[in-house]
Amino acid sequence: MKRESLINLILLGLLVGFPVWAMFSDEPFFITLATKAAILAIAGVGLNLVIGQGGLVSFGHASFFGLGGYSMGILASHAQTYEPLVLGPLVIDGSQSMPIIWLVAMGVSAVAALLIGALSLRTSGVYFIMITLAFGQMFYYFTISWSAYGGEDGLSIYVRNTFPGLNTLDPIQFFMIVFVLLLLVLGFCARLRGSSFGLALNAARQSSERVKTVGIEPFRIQLAAFVLSGMITGLAGALFADLNRFVSPSMFSWQISGEIMVFVIMGGVARLCGPVVGAMLFIVLEHVLGGLSEFWHIYLGFLLLLIVLFARGGIVGLLAGREKAHE
Amino acid sequence: MRLKVTAIAAVLMAASGISAAEGLKVGMITTLSGGGAGLGIDVRDGFMLAISQSGLTDIDVVIEDDQRKPEIAVQLADKMIQSEKVDVLTGIIFSNLAMAVIPSSLAQGKFYLSPNAGPSQLAGKGCHEDYFNVAWQNDTLHEAAGAHANETGYKNSFILAPNYPAGKDALTGYKRQYSGELAGELFTKLGQTDYASEIAQIRASGADSVFFFLPGGMGISFLKQYADSDIGLPVVGPAFSFDQGILQAVGDAAMGVKNTSQWNKDLDNPTNAAFVESFSSEYGRLPSLYASQGFDTANLLISAMASADVSDKDAFREALRAADFNSTRGQFTFANNQHPIQDIYVREVVLEGDVYTNKTLGVALENHSDAYAVECGL
Amino acid sequence: MTMTTALLAEQVLNGIQFGIMLFLMAAGLTLVFGVMGLINLAHGSLFMIGAFAAAAVAGATGSFAIALVAALAAAAAAGALMEILVLRRLYTRDHLDQVLATFALILIFSEGTRAVFGSFPLFLNIPDALSGTIILPGGIQYSLYRLSLIGIGLLVAFGLYLLITKTRLGIQVRAGENDREMIAALGVDISKLYTIVFALGAALAGLAGALVGAIQSVQVGMGEPVLILAFVVIVIGGIGSIKGAFVGSILVGLTDTLGGIFLPMFFDVFMDKSAAASAGSALASMSIYILMAVVLIVRPSGLFGART
Repeated sequence: MKRESLINLILLGLLVGFPVWAMFSDEPFFITLATKAAILAIAGVGLNLVIGQGGLVSFGHASFFGLGGYSMGILASHAQTYEPLVLGPLVIDGSQSMPIIWLVAMGVSAVAALLIGALSLRTSGVYFIMITLAFGQMFYYFTISWSAYGGEDGLSIYVRNTFPGLNTLDPIQFFMIVFVLLLLVLGFCARLRGSSFGLALNAARQSSERVKTVGIEPFRIQLAAFVLSGMITGLAGALFADLNRFVSPSMFSWQISGEIMVFVIMGGVARLCGPVVGAMLFIVLEHVLGGLSEFWHIYLGFLLLLIVLFARGGIVGLLAGREKAHE
Repeated sequence: MRLKVTAIAAVLMAASGISAAEGLKVGMITTLSGGGAGLGIDVRDGFMLAISQSGLTDIDVVIEDDQRKPEIAVQLADKMIQSEKVDVLTGIIFSNLAMAVIPSSLAQGKFYLSPNAGPSQLAGKGCHEDYFNVAWQNDTLHEAAGAHANETGYKNSFILAPNYPAGKDALTGYKRQYSGELAGELFTKLGQTDYASEIAQIRASGADSVFFFLPGGMGISFLKQYADSDIGLPVVGPAFSFDQGILQAVGDAAMGVKNTSQWNKDLDNPTNAAFVESFSSEYGRLPSLYASQGFDTANLLISAMASADVSDKDAFREALRAADFNSTRGQFTFANNQHPIQDIYVREVVLEGDVYTNKTLGVALENHSDAYAVECGL
Repeated sequence: MTMTTALLAEQVLNGIQFGIMLFLMAAGLTLVFGVMGLINLAHGSLFMIGAFAAAAVAGATGSFAIALVAALAAAAAAGALMEILVLRRLYTRDHLDQVLATFALILIFSEGTRAVFGSFPLFLNIPDALSGTIILPGGIQYSLYRLSLIGIGLLVAFGLYLLITKTRLGIQVRAGENDREMIAALGVDISKLYTIVFALGAALAGLAGALVGAIQSVQVGMGEPVLILAFVVIVIGGIGSIKGAFVGSILVGLTDTLGGIFLPMFFDVFMDKSAAASAGSALASMSIYILMAVVLIVRPSGLFGART
């Protein structure tokens, strides 16, 4: 574990060092790329919680990513037009304040995750993969035809939302907000691993029968993990929407679920910083290969194949060696 | 992917007395991979043909592939603006991507010339002095189809489009001009490939004609299945399902269908004749309307460069607004909302040798400007 | 819009036809999962390869029959190659690695196809002998080609049934589903068996691609929407079960087709026409996913899945 901690530190150092370098060399776009990597990393950390520790392969995390995005889009668009959002008897003012948007995004994701999780966790294995996908697809088709918020065109928010005391339009300041959130989320997950909850979750993955015999209901542990995971991914969705100043149904598409899963696996499943290195590599590949050829997806495909076939445990596994058993 | 030529230009510009400055940098974000790639490739090729024909060397075009994903398009726009420091953006094919990119690019002080998408949000109240649409407002070709239906005497149309904003705009556009009854109105799934159920409903509806807007592969599927159904009612639609890139894949099923377009390869003007000739010999295929739009967009830009420098935004904007260039469509002027005022033609799908293509039949709407222009404060 | 019995019957037929095409896709997917325990996202690529091979060969020879054979052969060959070079290394891995590897294969196949055939859709048409419509009993005017698709699909389903229940290969397949070690102990060359099963599933996907390609657009990316539907089908039916795949296909086909018709009509009762069309079609596009969620909530292993 020692070596992995060192690698994690180096990774995070790289992630924060790169945009700082970009700022001094006046390359603001590289800061944007690093911000995107950090946001996707947060989404991946959320997914990793259920995939890695819980052994629950969710192919529907785009649901939460999109819900977070739309929470931001809807609140900000109402703030932009000064028209309150009317939900039956409830009248809510729009907001352009990031902390409020994050809370709403996480709250909405938590409720959705509770419902989706409660229904999906009745199944397991491939059935679980597919039922989570089904929920994602429902959101996707719903938002495409939901004309009140732009349908397939999505929603553009012209100004980035605000954070008290900071200028969020300055790329490096926005990056720092995202990076701090990433650290918080990573810290939370690290604590969770060592906690009795984390151990129970691990145990439930390995043998739900054995957990039952010690009096823990695996369903409740897994549901709690699913909700936490959905909240983290929802937060990432809100940040992603803020980065682009735009949300659209494509945030709900199964390709997004797939992409998040791909870089979690690429980085290393169940490794604390697996999603971080996965997201970073994904962005670098997209940027570098994208410039090489019109057919860059072919190269990306071969590279992913090589990783699956020859780098078991992902990049972190390759660097840090096989994971020791959890104590 | 970029085209860069810079040497002689400075000399020429200096000699002709125009302030040379540092030339002009264009960022083109367009769809070059995946299912919609054919459209982006045509726009790009038309655009680059005009650039190379102009002989200009102080124009630098950076081209990037948006993969038809709005998030990627937004990221590329950031790259173009922050890192490439372009003066002008162009290239986007699909309306949802356009809505993701254009408003924020304009807010950052960039010019945007649209070679294809024309969402209504940017044509009315949301029009912008730095946004120029060189193609059409999204409703335009559908309105022309409605006008054509009236002229032909259709009284009972069955209309269908995918259930997304551009699809709803299409049916609204058709109904805005069409004065007959509706035998049915259907929204299909976006990306739907099987239309058996819709075709059965058309057959049972007692309609006398069918109007559809199903871009890309959806249109190919619908036309093949419709032709096979032996319903035989006349079909009208916008040019998007009958452009040069798609027609060969539809084949006989499209023969004789009337469609509306602001451009066709047989439009009788010297600019168009030269364009069709040079495009065909350069790329080995006939140009599509998308290629003509890319070509016109580049020529508009070039015409503005000739009379103003992009560093003087007000002068450059005036130069764009003047639209002092030879369009493949012949007459071309901008309305107050900086969308074209142009003739929309009715075309018919015909076979020339072994190539399916279009023949112009007549004008559906003359000097047409879109319905949103009155709401624009420019 | 009024709904006559003949129109309803025609729509039911459309739903069945759509379902049967889905079955051709789903059968291979569920077979591969049942026997090898492999999740293959690249199954949609085999569908695309079948369609492109058929379009290319039909263009060169003018014969639809030869095109179908070419589609079967190309997809089977691509499938066998895929299995030998990549997938057989993944049988013992967990589902995650399989997802990543087959996702990578989608990228390679899609853009590879575009590199070879270009970015514009290809032409593939219904053979003359099967074009046009015929009148069915009850006065239904129906596409002859779609009717042939139903026939071919039923034949394939029957053939698969015979193959699984009556042949040596079928016995090995069923034994392999239950116990890998046992079948290896019986002296069956298991890696050859797997390659054959995989190629068979691939050929079915290729056949579906070619058949459907004649009435749809032959273009890059055409396999992915079908892939998702095929997954929905096998999950509803119970993974590994051919019978389940068949029932699931028909259910999905009917739900999708009839939902698209009745939901807008239902909303039409209390909404204006355009709004009803829009709301109805929105719910219709979600309907099969709702169906799948409901089935899984009631029966967590699908309709015919093995109880765990």
